[in-house]
Amino acid sequence: MRPFTYERATSARDAAAKAARTGAKFIAGGTNLLDLMKLEIEAPAHLIDVNGLDFDKIEDIPGGGIRIGALVTNTALASHPRIRRDYGLISRAIVAGASGQIRNKATTAGNLLQRTRCPYFYDPNMPCNKRRPGSGCAAIGGFNRQLGVIGTSEACIATFPSDMAVAMRALDASIETIKPDGSTRAIPIRDFHRLPGDTPHIENVLERGELITSVALPKPIGGTHIYHKVRDRASYAFALVSIAAVIQKDGTGRVAVGGIAPKPWRVEAAEAEMPRGAKAVAAMLLDGARPTQHNQFKLTLVERTLGAVMAEARA
Amino acid sequence: MAVSTAPQLDAAELATASRPSEMPVSFEVNGKQRQLELDTRTTLLDALRDHLHLTGTKKGCDHGQCGACTVIVDGKRIYSCLTLAVMHEGGRVTTIEGLGTPDKLHPMQAAFVKHDGYQCGYCTPGQICSAVAMLDEIRAGVPSHVTPSLDQVPRITNMEMRERMSGNICRCGAYSNILEAMTEVAGGESA
Repeated sequence: MRPFTYERATSARDAAAKAARTGAKFIAGGTNLLDLMKLEIEAPAHLIDVNGLDFDKIEDIPGGGIRIGALVTNTALASHPRIRRDYGLISRAIVAGASGQIRNKATTAGNLLQRTRCPYFYDPNMPCNKRRPGSGCAAIGGFNRQLGVIGTSEACIATFPSDMAVAMRALDASIETIKPDGSTRAIPIRDFHRLPGDTPHIENVLERGELITSVALPKPIGGTHIYHKVRDRASYAFALVSIAAVIQKDGTGRVAVGGIAPKPWRVEAAEAEMPRGAKAVAAMLLDGARPTQHNQFKLTLVERTLGAVMAEARA
Repeated sequence: MAVSTAPQLDAAELATASRPSEMPVSFEVNGKQRQLELDTRTTLLDALRDHLHLTGTKKGCDHGQCGACTVIVDGKRIYSCLTLAVMHEGGRVTTIEGLGTPDKLHPMQAAFVKHDGYQCGYCTPGQICSAVAMLDEIRAGVPSHVTPSLDQVPRITNMEMRERMSGNICRCGAYSNILEAMTEVAGGESA
């Protein structure tokens, strides 16, 4: 690990201003950042610990929605009575990911900002445009059965690994931030993560120093909440494919997909096909997919997992 | 991304950052207040093992994949390899040495001995710390991937305990005996 200086943030605005400087970075749960720092994939010169800030609450908001503080741990979020009752999709997605120890540390904002688990990103001996821009992509011609089939580019086929964010995408979450100048904004989750294009090292729309303070969920939409994750082992593994669905009694609903793209993948137009079945929805969701030889199975897996989810909702 | 216009750390700060940086930190470990002066890079795991010489907590993968480094901080089980010691100012840490002693074993330690919940023993301190805090999580109503309904409080079942212990790997494969040990400690609560 490279040396770094460390300080504890005293206010959100102060933290944002300090983090705007080159080489500075926020740390909260640290479960992903520290791992990457050990490998020197991340090498901040200065860490700003935001754990002392007052963003660890879950509160009702006017209009019937809920606001989740950026520092709320994954365990606390999944366990919260109102999240379990009105936003079960979030609870189910969180407990489908990581391990108990990780969920006790990992935060809501950190979960949204985690980096890909592409093995070539993690191996400093391999070219990777995300880790070292312009060096090439070893994954495209390599062992890529875990990697992305849609939204990818010639420069990068990495996937975004979060489960929680897939549920938040289906529920139209909004990500609330503060900038170094003290101004605030709310970013719809659909616009938050960027597709790689030729700049795969830029993963979201946050500006330098901009700090996530909370995530807001609109008022509950009812329906049956199902998060179905398919993975190589039954627990503590990243998704090959995951489906976050909210399905209403009349068969209409929403679907977001994880494990296949550089961001939680949702195509609202495809949801109109739900009464016609999983095949029709998957065809539209995956229109434009560019799978590799090793991961084209994911196209079939999305359709079949969605079929299973829709059958479960009818049962 | 306005990279070129971003304010820089000043020269003194950059010079400081390229050298190891030390900081004081104080937290409670197994009921005893400890004060340390640590390189900021020191993980909680390395602080416990190399600075406080509490070598019961083990370093397996050092990347949060194996669970050997599991300790209980402020009542919650975490991977001590994936957190910095300086982030735990004022915290309360319990390691395997703080759960019990050879003369006065914690019930989970005694149950691991009785049920032979290990072979080589390397993962055992992490398994035991994890198991103790895991049962507390079920009692507190934390749901898991196998909890049948989010409307109901989870029960202590084999399925629940197995799922919740997936962050602790045992290369020797003592899982069935570990499960017996946890079941005995859960006692009458177990379904």
